[in-house]
Amino acid sequence: METILSIKNLNKIFGKKVHAVNNVSFEIQKGNVYGILGPNGSGKSTTLGIVLNVVNKTSGEFSWFNGTMETHEALKKVGAIIERPNFYPYMTAQENLELVCKIKDIPYTKVIEKLELVGLLERKDSKFKTFSLGMKQRLAIASALLNDPEILILDEPTNGLDPQGIRQIRDIIRLIASQGTTILLASHLLDEVEKVCTHVVVLRYGKMLYQGLVDEMASNEGFFELQANDNALLMQVLDNHPSVKNCIEEEGKVIVHLKGKLEAEELNQFLFENKIILSQLIKRKHSLEEQFLQLTK
Amino acid sequence: MIRLLNIEFQKLWKNRASKVLTITYFVLLTLISLIAAVEFDIGPIHISVADQGVFNFPFIWHFNTYVADYFKIFLAVVIVSMMANEYSYGTLKQNLIDGMSKKEFVLSKFITVVLFALISTLFVFIVSLILGTMYSSYTEIGIIFSQIDYLLAFFVKLVAFFSFCLFLGVLIKRSAFALGFLLFWYMFEGISFAILKFLILGQKNNEETFIDKIYDFMPLESMSNLIIEPLTRLNFAKTIGSQVGIENIKDYSVHYTTLIIVLIWTAIFIFGSYYIVKKRDL
Repeated sequence: METILSIKNLNKIFGKKVHAVNNVSFEIQKGNVYGILGPNGSGKSTTLGIVLNVVNKTSGEFSWFNGTMETHEALKKVGAIIERPNFYPYMTAQENLELVCKIKDIPYTKVIEKLELVGLLERKDSKFKTFSLGMKQRLAIASALLNDPEILILDEPTNGLDPQGIRQIRDIIRLIASQGTTILLASHLLDEVEKVCTHVVVLRYGKMLYQGLVDEMASNEGFFELQANDNALLMQVLDNHPSVKNCIEEEGKVIVHLKGKLEAEELNQFLFENKIILSQLIKRKHSLEEQFLQLTK
Repeated sequence: MIRLLNIEFQKLWKNRASKVLTITYFVLLTLISLIAAVEFDIGPIHISVADQGVFNFPFIWHFNTYVADYFKIFLAVVIVSMMANEYSYGTLKQNLIDGMSKKEFVLSKFITVVLFALISTLFVFIVSLILGTMYSSYTEIGIIFSQIDYLLAFFVKLVAFFSFCLFLGVLIKRSAFALGFLLFWYMFEGISFAILKFLILGQKNNEETFIDKIYDFMPLESMSNLIIEPLTRLNFAKTIGSQVGIENIKDYSVHYTTLIIVLIWTAIFIFGSYYIVKKRDL
């Protein structure tokens, strides 16, 4: 696997007091979609700011592309959007993108293509200051994609957008992810991360709590939602099953928490043999939200 | 280098305010030639500026560089805002993320400033040369190009002043406040000088003291020392002076020590800007 970014024991202390990033280490491998999760103020943006050359680290190391090039050279191969889209208000969409081309030292050939991708082609000659927030955010994505980057970094890309805007941005992200581009997405919106990410890094108070696959984030055996004519009997029977941790009755349904692996068929058969016929059987996994809340408790 | 200039040119030229101010500045520089048409009367004495020897070589170098210097305030506004806007638009952050290094960022601003100064000097050179050949009493090559060091002084003065503007833009991050500070600093140098010299030391006349010597090292004072006012060198001023019995002993030439002081300030401003950009978290 090709390493795109590696961060080792990174620290950032603001004004000698606020330990915004505390000994964070992780690696970004090519082809994966990463999410950085954390409540507001957990150090997500600061971590990204450091690797993007806009915040000075206090200590620790980071290197792009195995340290083969200087940070600012590496950034020419990176596409990044952080918080608020920053462009020259008096230039048009196209002029702003052309300026980015000049900075990245690449030809203008992709400008029109990327404007089309984000649906801003008709507005290419409008000044940036006339754009709505959603359009500004889409222009930022077009700008980040100009050089067909090795990695796309997105920091809260849907912040402050309306539902349509959020949907548009998400569709674009999913499209880019499907083309095999490595993505690093920082967000506090969990369903956003859950929908697109394969790997996740969880931060809280600047400390790293978890790093790994989304699926392995918590010991996730899942749980069942069951319903039968006689819920009391159902619960009594279930208590005898070796894989069941406990059952709770909630709104006429029995929620079954597990301590071991148990498939739906297996459970159904077990209950059938015990003369219980279910009217409802759903196997569920804990949502990322619940796992996240557990982790950051 | 070309890439950086190209980037900076786009940033400036697409901005209407900067464009208008820059054009105004260069038009005004050309309009120095209109001084030739100035005529006025003081009582019975008729004075035509063109006849005062203003356009005689080599004096014209001194006179025109001194007058042209006043227009620099137009470019000062452009330069302060070109730096401060990068902060207020958040585009400095974006430029860095897009892959510009902090060094390149400051360098691109600095070479723009040098280019502005260079074009201004070239403008003044051409305008003066044309005016001179039209009105000067002396047109020998040797005389024409003597005292051309006023042009060098003009160039260095502009680079230094614009670097000061850049530095204030970086330091203060808001155009209006940075320009305000520039004005404040200008007055500060003058007023603190007067207070030190005349109030605290109780100096009665305008004799040179060590305070003058110290203030020769102040940024704006050293810049203004590069080109001393030329008006008292004019014929009518000399005549009036000798009539009231003031012998003119002023030294009008360009001093290389002053040039060095000004160049050191330029270096301080540019490296200071770089230091701030480097240290500041965005």
